[in-house]
Amino acid sequence: MNAPNYIARAVNVAARQIGDEFMIMSGNDSSLFSLNETAAMLWQAADGVTPLADIVAQKICTEFDIDPETALADARATAVELAEHGILRVSDRPVTESGS
Amino acid sequence: MSLMLDMGARSLKLGIPLRVHLDLTYRCNERCVHCYLDHEDHGELKTAEVLDLLDQMAEAQVFFLTLSGGEIFMRQDLFEIIEHARRLQFSVQLKTNAVMVTRAKALRLSKLGIEKVQISLYSHKAEVHDEITKLPNSFRRTVEGARLLREHGIQVKFANVIMTPNQDDYRGVQELAESMGIGYTVDATITPMLDGDRSILSLNVEAARLREIYHDKSLLGEEKDSFNAPPTGPLPAEEAYASVPCSAGHNSCYVSPYGEVYPCVQFPYLTGNIREQKFIDIWRDSEQMKEVRSIRVSDLQGCSSCVHGGSCSRCPGLAYMEGNMRGPSIQDCERSFARTGVPSKNLERKRAEAAAKATEKSAKFPIPIVVLS
Repeated sequence: MNAPNYIARAVNVAARQIGDEFMIMSGNDSSLFSLNETAAMLWQAADGVTPLADIVAQKICTEFDIDPETALADARATAVELAEHGILRVSDRPVTESGS
Repeated sequence: MSLMLDMGARSLKLGIPLRVHLDLTYRCNERCVHCYLDHEDHGELKTAEVLDLLDQMAEAQVFFLTLSGGEIFMRQDLFEIIEHARRLQFSVQLKTNAVMVTRAKALRLSKLGIEKVQISLYSHKAEVHDEITKLPNSFRRTVEGARLLREHGIQVKFANVIMTPNQDDYRGVQELAESMGIGYTVDATITPMLDGDRSILSLNVEAARLREIYHDKSLLGEEKDSFNAPPTGPLPAEEAYASVPCSAGHNSCYVSPYGEVYPCVQFPYLTGNIREQKFIDIWRDSEQMKEVRSIRVSDLQGCSSCVHGGSCSRCPGLAYMEGNMRGPSIQDCERSFARTGVPSKNLERKRAEAAAKATEKSAKFPIPIVVLS
């Protein structure tokens, strides 16, 4: 897979902040995930049109003391992992509603 | 601990209403003989009220939303409600008889990302199912609705209530479900009418037959032995003081089509109405909800020291309907007896009372039999 530049929330999921944990349930097979704070920020900001680099710069780097390059590399790895679980869509171009 | 159990434990600790069962209507196209509802519309929530309630529930961190009835497809605004629920990222489960499911509706549902659909099916024989629902041709339409939903990739489960008219058909329903790639759940609980009428409890399967069903390996599979294991005695005191009877009112509740909030659909202890108060205010501050939350296993009269303490399915709602939310649910005492062959003290007392009444009645009215010719 090419390094993702855009991310979009999967449509077939349910999500909720429960206390201090962000929970996502896949509608495909009802599997449940708990996202850490950074992953939750990425997922919630994943509108399909904001470049991942911008999401990292605006949401992650402003919140945590981390250099943008490292943050972006971590974000890409996280995005790929979430996509493998079917709860995020990744692409090298903007993601439309009908698909990547 | 699994993530689901961990989330449940966390929501209990934080007092978050993780699950809500929302009945959208009591209107129904069927008239099932065992149904506990009054099917007239006494002023159900309008579309705007339901959507606002969903907004409030999302803000209150409700995650799992069950939409049921009555029959949900009787509501013209059903898809508008589901779409709004999905925009709010609820995990949505539907309960329906699927009689009104068409290919177009199944397609539309498949695009909404609902978690699953539970469909009521009472027999694999059309004549038995239709006799229970009182809707001719309902079996064929229900099975076709289930098939269409499966065809569109939606998780489907058949829900069967075992009662006297269908007590020999549960295996047939299970086999039908398996042949269609559909899940299957079965329950032998007949709920009394919400207005207090208990006459439909006569549909409960008799104890001896219930015992046979509970010991049927084809139904319970590998869990048969653990399900029917001998009772292990009451919970240890320390655990009883800390344990709650069930999740109702702790991390789950029920909202009626009229906005009434209850601990559970089977626990008709009114705690508030969302037409008068915000959902979160009822959940947090209702005196009735607080009373339910204050009950621990150690407070249960008779049950706290019962031999079935560790394994009973005691429903506080059924206990409430029998007269005391801290008292026994004799329906569950009967089930524990059917599983294990060991009667609870509450069940023995109830049977002794019934026997004493029968003896008293017979003693008062020693009517001689006179044959007239």
